[in-house]
Amino acid sequence: MPEKLLQLSDIGKRFGANRVLESVSFDLYAGEVHVLAGENGAGKTTLIRILAGIHPEHEGTIELGGRTVRFRNPIEASRHGISVIHQELSLVESMSVADNICLGREPARAGGLLLDRRAQLERAGELCARLGLSFTREDLGRRAEQFPLSVKNRIEIAKALAGDARIIVMDEPTSALNHEEVERLFALIDHLKARGCGIVYITHKMEEIYRVADRITVLRDGRRVGTAAAADCPPPTLIRWMIGRDLAEQFAPRAGPAATGVRAPRLVVSRFTVPSPGPGRPPAVRDLSVAVRAGEIVGFAGLQGAGCSELFNGLFGAYGAVCGGRVEIDGEPVRPESPGASIRRGLAFLTGDRKNTGLVLGMSVERNVSLSSLPRVSPGGVLSPGLERSLAEHYVGALGIRLESVDQETGALSGGNQQKVALAKWLATRPRVLLLEEPTRGVDVGAKHEIYGLLRGLAAEGLAILLISTEMPELLGLCDRVVALHRGRVMGVFDRSEATPERVLAAAMGADVPQGN
Amino acid sequence: MRTLRRWIERPEGRALFALLFILVIGCVFNAHDAFFRWGTHRDMLRQVSVYGILACGMTLVIVTGGIDLSVGSVLGLCAVVFAQLSLRRGLPAPVAVPAVLAVGAAAGLASGAAVARYRIQPFIATLAMMVFARGLAKWLSGGEKVSRAVQQPDGSFSYVDLPGAFERLDAKVWGGNVAVVTLVFLGCVALSWVVLTRLRYGRYLYATGGNEEAARLSGVPVRRAKLLAYGMSGVFGAVAGICQAAQEQQGDPEAGVSYELTAIAIAVIGGNSLAGGRGGIGLTLLGAMTIGYLEKILSINAVAESSRLMLTGAIILAAVLLQRRRIE
Ligand SMILES: Nc1ncnc2c1ncn2[C@@H]1O[C@H](COP(=O)(O)OP(=O)(O)OP(=O)(O)O)[C@@H](O)[C@H]1O
Ligand SMILES: [Mg+2]
Repeated sequence: MPEKLLQLSDIGKRFGANRVLESVSFDLYAGEVHVLAGENGAGKTTLIRILAGIHPEHEGTIELGGRTVRFRNPIEASRHGISVIHQELSLVESMSVADNICLGREPARAGGLLLDRRAQLERAGELCARLGLSFTREDLGRRAEQFPLSVKNRIEIAKALAGDARIIVMDEPTSALNHEEVERLFALIDHLKARGCGIVYITHKMEEIYRVADRITVLRDGRRVGTAAAADCPPPTLIRWMIGRDLAEQFAPRAGPAATGVRAPRLVVSRFTVPSPGPGRPPAVRDLSVAVRAGEIVGFAGLQGAGCSELFNGLFGAYGAVCGGRVEIDGEPVRPESPGASIRRGLAFLTGDRKNTGLVLGMSVERNVSLSSLPRVSPGGVLSPGLERSLAEHYVGALGIRLESVDQETGALSGGNQQKVALAKWLATRPRVLLLEEPTRGVDVGAKHEIYGLLRGLAAEGLAILLISTEMPELLGLCDRVVALHRGRVMGVFDRSEATPERVLAAAMGADVPQGN
Repeated sequence: MRTLRRWIERPEGRALFALLFILVIGCVFNAHDAFFRWGTHRDMLRQVSVYGILACGMTLVIVTGGIDLSVGSVLGLCAVVFAQLSLRRGLPAPVAVPAVLAVGAAAGLASGAAVARYRIQPFIATLAMMVFARGLAKWLSGGEKVSRAVQQPDGSFSYVDLPGAFERLDAKVWGGNVAVVTLVFLGCVALSWVVLTRLRYGRYLYATGGNEEAARLSGVPVRRAKLLAYGMSGVFGAVAGICQAAQEQQGDPEAGVSYELTAIAIAVIGGNSLAGGRGGIGLTLLGAMTIGYLEKILSINAVAESSRLMLTGAIILAAVLLQRRRIE
């Protein structure tokens, strides 16, 4: 019998009048991965934030190795060997990568007075290398804000592993990682298990659960539904535990092309070029041409730096009028110059990083939902509270966002529900062309299913949808065509019938694939 | 009890609580029963009005996540320009007032352009404007107060008549129960309230202060929102300058020194966060009354200047501690 590292008993938590956790128990043994699953807003993050000392006021007890403890702050929790990868990244954006990784446990010299810079760089460099980040010393000295989300995500993981924690909590660590990066994380997890660490792992990705889990605990509406060994809990059971009902197939079968008919091209992009992100580097996107018809969903696959995100930003005018090439919407040439102008032309762009570029977390849900549609709810420049309220409530209902009221601060919602607010904001603009970067990041299985249905419905109404996703099932299940990018160039275009994970991945890695059409 | 808790959890509730607390202190330390006479309250409102007008503009800027250090200097500049136009040149108020408002707007827009277009930090951009506007006020006035006394070539002084606008602005209405400047202040509060809560542009101000990048990508015209905030702050600076000139019956190039600090204190005591993205003009109104009563209580109890400053400092800190959002 392995050693029991952690026992949480009868944990309860309220925010104001809102009861979030009710008598939840949870345990963790050395050398195991215990997956915590449940719908958006079920209370997973709250439970682990209690364990991490972030919410000191709670009901119930925490036992570590048989001793009852009570953390007043995160520092105490980390001194007790608990390390957390937070769902919403907690890097200090203006500090260097190395400083971030060693934050709070800086290697010291001269009796703790001086920072041992060299040791810190070595430590940080080694951890990053294990996660597949080949950072030079210069990179380690660069500020965290200069890196894209998937890199920041791995910096956060490295930070959690920098100490010698026995208990490591990972709250959706892979939500911004691609296939290969996830594999590296799993290798690392195996290594940690062998070292006798216990890992609490939260994810909404089913295939990940069965890859890593030894045991699974499911929460629903703040209560524990059950705990079982992964082998005893096949997907249908798990889904029933999570959402309280059975789920039909994830991707509803689509109407055949005969039913939809071939429609006119909605977005035509020819020889589109996005300039390089820094001096001395090649352009982010080079001579890219693609046409998307009304009613079509086109996916983009690519590794870090392939240019998918830059393509969307460029098309949306987020970089200003710096991109080359031609863009036509419904046959009319347009020049991407600013987000505001793009929105007026019927473009919408859901960015991949909801915290930094997607939402104003301090504003209410209602105000976030209406933010990009303000002209419509403020005739003559004067806000109409009634119009705004009905707009917000419509989309909150359509996307099944869980909240107490639309006046609630967006930052107080669970991660998955925040993601749905960001999506609601863009759907509310009633776009003609929808650019989606990781639309279901952090969204639970049930809600994903609904969102896929919704997107299909919008496409059927004539929207052109462009989609970036690191989730292969999403890409292949939802899209009519998949375009693989590598270093800013198209490496392959696959029709739905010929797209397989292997072929798309091979093209995204830069292998030459005969073009589909 | 539950409703009381809910109130205290809202920033308005806490600002009101701070104000009530000061009022209780006023009733306790109530020299000569002054606190029970309306005149005391009327004078408090009159004395805090000029600061309050500046605090309205400050609030708009703070909501965008910025700060405007130039408001005191803009007040001085506009007081001088107003005195020169109406006192010396004899221009009628309908000409002089818009001209002065335009001067204030120009100063505000200049800071706004530096912040929005050239991405200079608000603290630095408005610090530059603070120094520049003060210099301009001194240059225009030759460093002298622009008053009714005009020196003749033979060295004697003659006095020009005080224009009607000065008298009307410094008057009290409704049986002498309310000062006109207080009404001007309340008008500025109302205008700011409309901008912040009713207009689309008000929402742009909040979004810009809350998360500028997300706002920009959501189609919010971030630059124009900032220009609006600093521009309006400049206009409010001009309104305050006109009121100040009317009260002093002259345009003093030294007027308004350090007023920006009081305006900031009013905004934060009310519970506006310097981080931007939240807050509102109601909080500023409550903050203005809190500061106003504090000053009044200290003066009716004849507290010495030295202790007055120390007490004010301590109370500002206490009020902000009380206002702090519970972070979980
Ligand atoms: N700081 C807070 N203030 C108020 N309510 C909160 C706060 N944090 C979380 N909540 C509420 O607690 C509930 C549970 O949230 P939690 O973040 O634990 O969900 P979750 O299971 O992690 O969901 P997700 O899968 O979307 O991340 C939600 O209804 C949320 O609105
Ligand atoms: Mg969560």
